[in-house]
Amino acid sequence: MKEVYFLRCRECGKKYANTPQSFCEECFSPLEVSYDYEALSRTVKREELSHRPFNMWRYAELLPLPEGFKPAASVGGTPLVKSRKLGSQWGVKNLYFKNDAVCFPTLSFKDRVVATALAAARRFGFNTVGCSSTGNLANAVAAQGAQQGFDTTVFIPADLEPAKVLNTAVYGARIIRIDGNYDHVNRLCTQIADRFQWGLVNVNLRPYYAEGSKTHGYEIAEQLRWELPDNVVVPMAGGSLIGKIAKAFCELAHLGWVEPKQVKFFGAQATGCSPIADAVKRGLSRVEPQKPNTIARSLAIGNPADGHYARRLITETGGWAECISDPEIIDAIKLLAQTEGIFAETAGGVTAGVTAKLIQQGRIQPDETTVVCITGNGLKTTDAIAADFPATEAIPPKLEAFEALLSQQLDEPVRVRSNA
Amino acid sequence: MAITIEIPTAFRRFTDGAPRLESGAKTVAEALNELVTRFPALSRHVRDDEGQIRQFINVYLNDEDIRFLGGEASALKDGDKVLLVPSIAGG
Repeated sequence: MKEVYFLRCRECGKKYANTPQSFCEECFSPLEVSYDYEALSRTVKREELSHRPFNMWRYAELLPLPEGFKPAASVGGTPLVKSRKLGSQWGVKNLYFKNDAVCFPTLSFKDRVVATALAAARRFGFNTVGCSSTGNLANAVAAQGAQQGFDTTVFIPADLEPAKVLNTAVYGARIIRIDGNYDHVNRLCTQIADRFQWGLVNVNLRPYYAEGSKTHGYEIAEQLRWELPDNVVVPMAGGSLIGKIAKAFCELAHLGWVEPKQVKFFGAQATGCSPIADAVKRGLSRVEPQKPNTIARSLAIGNPADGHYARRLITETGGWAECISDPEIIDAIKLLAQTEGIFAETAGGVTAGVTAKLIQQGRIQPDETTVVCITGNGLKTTDAIAADFPATEAIPPKLEAFEALLSQQLDEPVRVRSNA
Repeated sequence: MAITIEIPTAFRRFTDGAPRLESGAKTVAEALNELVTRFPALSRHVRDDEGQIRQFINVYLNDEDIRFLGGEASALKDGDKVLLVPSIAGG
């Protein structure tokens, strides 16, 4: 049977049969997976989804999976949480958080991309898989690589958060720490992919890897009862996720599963690494690279591979991009946790904080439906906020001691039950 | 004085398979010009119609992206390596 998906150059349009390659041989621009949507619309119906488990594999036909593919893990299917407090605090009615902080198995949206990348790695016959990573991706490759029996090697900047290194090491992955920032790691990985017969998920398997992100978008639409939101706020590192959510929405509209709608795409970055936001705000036609310096390490990519496409999408859809400082990121992490009960990593702080800024600027309107994408879990970046929560004083296990402490903290006498 | 231009596999079908080129270029621009003069088939892949380095081609001088140095005007010294990377991936 002829495959319904293939590779296509994003610039010159040249088509390629499926192969582990991320750029066009003619013009050296990025390749992307494309589909025969006519064939898809005949073979897959929205109604069939209701019989399937709520995870990313319910959209299997819309992903580049080899024939006979059997999922190894239940990935995705994360909650879309309607805001109970922050929305009214910020003055907007329909605010949602797409919470990939609880994505399985490794608590970030990278589980989705690794799931499709490893399906491709198996198909192309790679025994060794790996990646260049700012942390979350390494966790996901290590976990799913271990589960599926791949030999796994990941490349990370030497100064990564200890929790993210540990959460990779525990799965038995080989970790190569590089003296340099993510962009140095990434360039090295491009050279390694050129030299070794390895499946580097975000290098030579990148077209297949990136498609996994679409499931974040499909889920948002389905959880909004097959309607598209007015606005989406997305954290940007390499700039791929924002484009894949847009692609997911376009595909659903094309298949007739949702009404077409002009969704505005908003990008969020940290001030210490904001090449895409900077290009949007300054109206540049090319994204200029930066040297990252921010606590939001998962977004610390100074030379974003999809920066050009992210900038264009944001501009063309009438969205915007903003950035916030490191102290603002920490405040936003605490605010999100203390109002919505969602403990996001630093990237989630960036996205929440930028959303507040966009509402304040009037770019997001009170009556619109807005989805904020939370892509990673706060347990991985506790070092960023640890100083704000010093250990509290220990007290003896005595009622008087507790009451004394409480009255001191409340700065008023403790009220107890009348019959106590 | 000699510098080396490292040619990635993807470019080698335009360079008769040559993996590198030794050059006496004094700037990155001179090195790129020498590369495309020697291998004319590569020319349109390195620069766009306005003569700018193509959007998706990344050029490094030793370990650094030339956009953090002096761009194409960056001076070269003996033993330097100029590396071309088509379509940086990652993220």
